[in-house]
Amino acid sequence: MSLRTVLDGPNTRGTSDRFWAAFGLAVVALLGYPLVASTYAVANAALFLLYAILGLSLCVIWGYCGILSFGQVAFFGIGGYTFGIVGINLSTTTGTALGLLTGVGVATLFAFVLGYFMFYGGVRDVYVTIMTLVVALVVHTFMGQTAGSEWAIGEAALGGFDGMTNIPNLMLGGIELIDTAFYYVVLLVLLGTYLGLRALVNSDFGRAMVAVREDEERTELLGYDTKRIKLLVFTLGGALAGLSGVLYASWGNYMNPAVFGITFAALPVVWVSVGGRDSLLGAIGATYAIEWFSQQLSITGSEYALVVVGGLLLVTILWLPKGVAPAVADWLSEKQSSPSIRGHEEVAD
Amino acid sequence: MIYDTLNLLFQFLDSFAFIVLATVGLAVIFGMMGIINLAHGEFILVGAYGTTLSYGAGLPLALAMGVGVLATTVFGLVLERTVMRRLYHRPLDSMVATWGLSLVTVQLARIGFGNTLSQVGTPLGSISYGAFSYSAYRVVLAGIAVAVLVSLYWLFMYTEFGTQARATMEDEPTARSMGVDTGRIYLGTFGLGSALAGLTGALYAPTITMTPELGASFLVEAFVTVVVGGSSVLVGTSLAGGFLGVVNATFTNLAGTFIGQVAMLLAAILAIRLLPEGITGLIDSWRAKRAEGGQ
Repeated sequence: MSLRTVLDGPNTRGTSDRFWAAFGLAVVALLGYPLVASTYAVANAALFLLYAILGLSLCVIWGYCGILSFGQVAFFGIGGYTFGIVGINLSTTTGTALGLLTGVGVATLFAFVLGYFMFYGGVRDVYVTIMTLVVALVVHTFMGQTAGSEWAIGEAALGGFDGMTNIPNLMLGGIELIDTAFYYVVLLVLLGTYLGLRALVNSDFGRAMVAVREDEERTELLGYDTKRIKLLVFTLGGALAGLSGVLYASWGNYMNPAVFGITFAALPVVWVSVGGRDSLLGAIGATYAIEWFSQQLSITGSEYALVVVGGLLLVTILWLPKGVAPAVADWLSEKQSSPSIRGHEEVAD
Repeated sequence: MIYDTLNLLFQFLDSFAFIVLATVGLAVIFGMMGIINLAHGEFILVGAYGTTLSYGAGLPLALAMGVGVLATTVFGLVLERTVMRRLYHRPLDSMVATWGLSLVTVQLARIGFGNTLSQVGTPLGSISYGAFSYSAYRVVLAGIAVAVLVSLYWLFMYTEFGTQARATMEDEPTARSMGVDTGRIYLGTFGLGSALAGLTGALYAPTITMTPELGASFLVEAFVTVVVGGSSVLVGTSLAGGFLGVVNATFTNLAGTFIGQVAMLLAAILAIRLLPEGITGLIDSWRAKRAEGGQ
């Protein structure tokens, strides 16, 4: 099958017929979920799925290109706020569609400019990580002080720490995307993102990305423009995070500066670390599982969700540094292979 | 006019003190081990809470601050033994792991002590000159910041611990083969960094609102300064603190906190563009040139 040759390759784990059969079943289950679940549960599931796009944005730049960004939430928040500004001012079908485009566009542009200054400025490794976090925190400071009436763009007040309210729902072809319709759109966007990223990481460009992750200097000496590769991947990550942010703003009809704060900024890092930084499906699964679990815990009135999430991150880094999905994949392939081929142990980096 | 100048001068002292004190604990650990401690803000939190709670229990302020520093030191030493030592030579992983620690600590502080603590009042009143007045405590903080830098200089340059620490930083295997107990040096340095973060928390406890997230308000300044300063703890931190202090004071004075932070961030990006190894790299290459010229 020609599609499989595009989607399968050395940079993704699940490549067997069995994997694709299981994947198909999972998609069918997700498609059928609104038929059996309450509207409330479907709305929550939509939130977890749109968060998964934010998770993927970090997974592709960190896991496949070695750029650890702590500031993906900055693009997420900028996408969401921009959608809000455009959507509130033009709350028509074309208005929200324009909001979607502008939201993703502004987030992408912001990532491009930041990435340009960092990568072409020679900023590397831990310094990139810190700069991205500092950018998110500075935007947090900025949004926090926008409470006054002078901080309004058209009819959209930024609202300081109270946040921006009354953001309209996304509309598509005259249909307002709420509840089940919104869930299906998010699911399709996530599915498209996942498959698109699979095709990307298994393409020639994807192999160059992985080469940059493995040894940037050697890749450069082989004639690749590593700065350009990093900038493109970082910009793509910004676009995906921005898309996730637009969906988030439409989901809750609300944005507030906490999305730029240090606690929310930690979440994508937790999802991707726990899921497995070089496993796209691991990132999606971990996002869904961790957010679902946090919410179950909060519903019972417990305040321990963040303690558990932080502890989970710590435990993963200490004892399962590659994350859950690679460990599961190794375990499955070991179970299948004959004992004589077995023997490669998981090596901590 | 004179008041404007005085105001700017004191604003600079204030920014300088804040930047140096916010950074120094982080910089000691980063310079030594190459680890950026994302839980740095929570070390400050432990220092601030330790101070505020023991002051509330009736201790005099100076003693309460001592308790805050001690609590943070113990906190740091325990973490070094249990978590950090598994992560040496894995700088990115250690950042992620310390972020996990940070989430846990903030939330446990919230569960244990609620969303706010009753505050210690700012001591020492104010100094005034004509129509100008400024909190005396904030001037004292600037003095303490300088004293901390001087003591660190003495510690790293003139004590056996300092010599061994610099040797370990320079070349760990060689230092170990020369008989330096590098494990103990790492423990000591981590403890020192924690104590300094605790001191920052203790000193600023009377001036900031006691919430579980208070650590985050130190992070922008601390991270930017470490990035601009580079890996040399003392020279980097003091010069970067001075440089960023001027930038921050000027722009905060002109246009408020946010613009001050943005100006610092832009200055940092510019500084990295011009000096990829931070101020440390500039000084190293200057030294190398001078050594060549001398021969």
